[in-house]
Amino acid sequence: MKGILARVITCSALAAAMLGFVSTGWAADVKSETLDAIKKRDQLICGVDTGIPGFAFQDSAGKWQGLDIAYCRAIAAAVLGDPEKVKYVGTTAKVRFSVLQSGEIDVLIRDSTHTLSRNTDLGLATGAINFFTGQAFMVKKSLNVAHVKELDGATICLITGTTLELNIADYGRANNIKINTLLFDKPEEAFAAAEAGRCDGYTDDGGSVAAARSTMKTPGDWVILPELISREFLGSYCRQGDERWSILVKWVHYAMLEAETLGITQANIDEIKASATNPEVRGFLGLENDYGKFLGVDNDWAYRIIKAVGNYGENYDKYFGPLELPRGWNKLYKDGGLQYPLSWR
Amino acid sequence: MVRRPSPRAYVAQWVFLAGLVVVGGLLIVNLGANLARRNMHFGFGFLTNKAGFDIPFHLLEWTTFDIYAKALLVSLLNTLLVSAMSIVSATLLGLLVGIMRLSVNWLVRNLALAFIEFVRNTPQLVQIIFWYFAVLQTLPPPRQSIVLPGGFLLNIRGLYVPDVVMQAHAALLPWLAGLLLVATPFAWRLKIRERRLGALALILPVIALLLVNLGIAQVTVPALKGFNIAGGVQVPPELVALWAGLTIYATAFIAEIVRSSIEAVPKGQHEAARSLGLRPARVLFLIILPQALRIMVPQLTSQYLNLIKSSTLGTAIAYPEIFQIFAGTVMNQSGKEVEIIIIVMAVFLTINLLFSAFMNWYNQRVALVER
Repeated sequence: MKGILARVITCSALAAAMLGFVSTGWAADVKSETLDAIKKRDQLICGVDTGIPGFAFQDSAGKWQGLDIAYCRAIAAAVLGDPEKVKYVGTTAKVRFSVLQSGEIDVLIRDSTHTLSRNTDLGLATGAINFFTGQAFMVKKSLNVAHVKELDGATICLITGTTLELNIADYGRANNIKINTLLFDKPEEAFAAAEAGRCDGYTDDGGSVAAARSTMKTPGDWVILPELISREFLGSYCRQGDERWSILVKWVHYAMLEAETLGITQANIDEIKASATNPEVRGFLGLENDYGKFLGVDNDWAYRIIKAVGNYGENYDKYFGPLELPRGWNKLYKDGGLQYPLSWR
Repeated sequence: MVRRPSPRAYVAQWVFLAGLVVVGGLLIVNLGANLARRNMHFGFGFLTNKAGFDIPFHLLEWTTFDIYAKALLVSLLNTLLVSAMSIVSATLLGLLVGIMRLSVNWLVRNLALAFIEFVRNTPQLVQIIFWYFAVLQTLPPPRQSIVLPGGFLLNIRGLYVPDVVMQAHAALLPWLAGLLLVATPFAWRLKIRERRLGALALILPVIALLLVNLGIAQVTVPALKGFNIAGGVQVPPELVALWAGLTIYATAFIAEIVRSSIEAVPKGQHEAARSLGLRPARVLFLIILPQALRIMVPQLTSQYLNLIKSSTLGTAIAYPEIFQIFAGTVMNQSGKEVEIIIIVMAVFLTINLLFSAFMNWYNQRVALVER
């Protein structure tokens, strides 16, 4: 009898050890050059915009704020456990992809449109789309323009090195009109030129146009035309060849959406965690299952993200609410929008 | 007796050269490997791809159907245009300010000094942006254009000049007229039977004018239409601001070169000329400046080369020069960073080498002939 007991104990100990070996084997399976480098330097290097309200800007205290910044902080919280461990690198539209390709930054979260040629020819891996919008136009109210088609002969200021130049040219050709463009390196000069009247309007993706209007001397003098002439689905980019890293970046985004879907916010997350019975919520918060480990971080990762920056909706309201930009396409799928988290399974 | 280098020196030189070749080769191999690792391919085939974007200011015909190679040419011409304009104006202004620096009048002398010190000691990019917004702030919107005599219009969108459209069969006439204009000063100095042609040469520009007049089909005068002025040729404020920015900055340096070169001419030359009874202006232009010129030329050359390179600052104020269009828009759309930077560097190297070759030739011409 005693012998059997001893054998059972030995066997189960062995099995447990093997399981343990296998499970540590899983964690070790997540091989990512970028992830290892970040953990080693204990800092995430995040490429962001040089300064555009809504997405990435420095507040009066010099601290970075914005939707894209929230993603940098969320990734740092998930990987390093501290949202402050981020170094921000401001990149112009012109150099952003070179900076990423050369390895100066770990991830580019800079209101960049996901396109076919960037995904293939430029050798970039797409992360997640965190902002669905299209190319919008802002014009002086006094011009009495109601539609982009009426802009024949007008001059529009914009930033060089973007998809916008091609969109305008294609739109003009399709509609048999000619919209003149004036290309600037940085938004500040483009805004100032528009303000001075050098051009009739300013164009960019919908979020940035709303941001541009908020920086004008009298925002009320400017009107954003309702038509969007292109799809600009903005999101993060990683380098190709490190798929596990881009997967993690993608799921940080889904975590912020999943939290909103489940009604978890920065304010109520501790309360919910303490009394969670719903298996979905428990899985999300890492109380059950090993989702975090599958991604190469620990199981608390989603909890830390929401605790640090809040869910997607909270961030949208915080950064785009003041710009009076309706959420539109960026509503959750269940509210008729395009933002959805994949299944937490 | 000419001393021969020792065999050891020969070996050292060859080893050094071989080392350079190896390092260069390694760099190229490394570049290729890194590009391949990032799934990028080296090649210049992209130059024949369709551009698809608009270039706001162009000297050649430009449509969105044109290829990247043409975008390079169009933006290169814009670079050359603003560089040439700035070199001419900076030279004239620099000469003026440099002479003012040596004036006996206290106010003139110190005004020039203040100008030079102010311009030399502030960043050029800041100056260019300042000029751009200074220009923009002072000009009226299109609907309140300033009407200038001769059908010229001036507003915030630029200076609009009446456009002359030539008849189809007369397309070559303006070129012929231009040729005649260029030939005029040579004809002036031409000698026939030991006599200068002189003022008779002025008949050439008159013929040119008549020729052009004959070929004109119509003149389009700029007028307000919709948002903008239609018809006529537009000189954009970006060009004017960049021109002003480059000119003023180079003027300050050229003025100092002029002053130092004039001061380097031996004092005795000035005194001798004065004692012959020449008036101050004639002393300056006949005696001092020709001698100062040969001291100036080498320094001026590097100043001009700097100016050509600085024209890339136009990218900050939306002037479509080579750096903005080719190393900006084209680079972003094709993703060919390495190739494009190589091309842009090669272009600037070619321009500057040609220019400095010309200046060296000129320098030899004006240099003191020693026997």
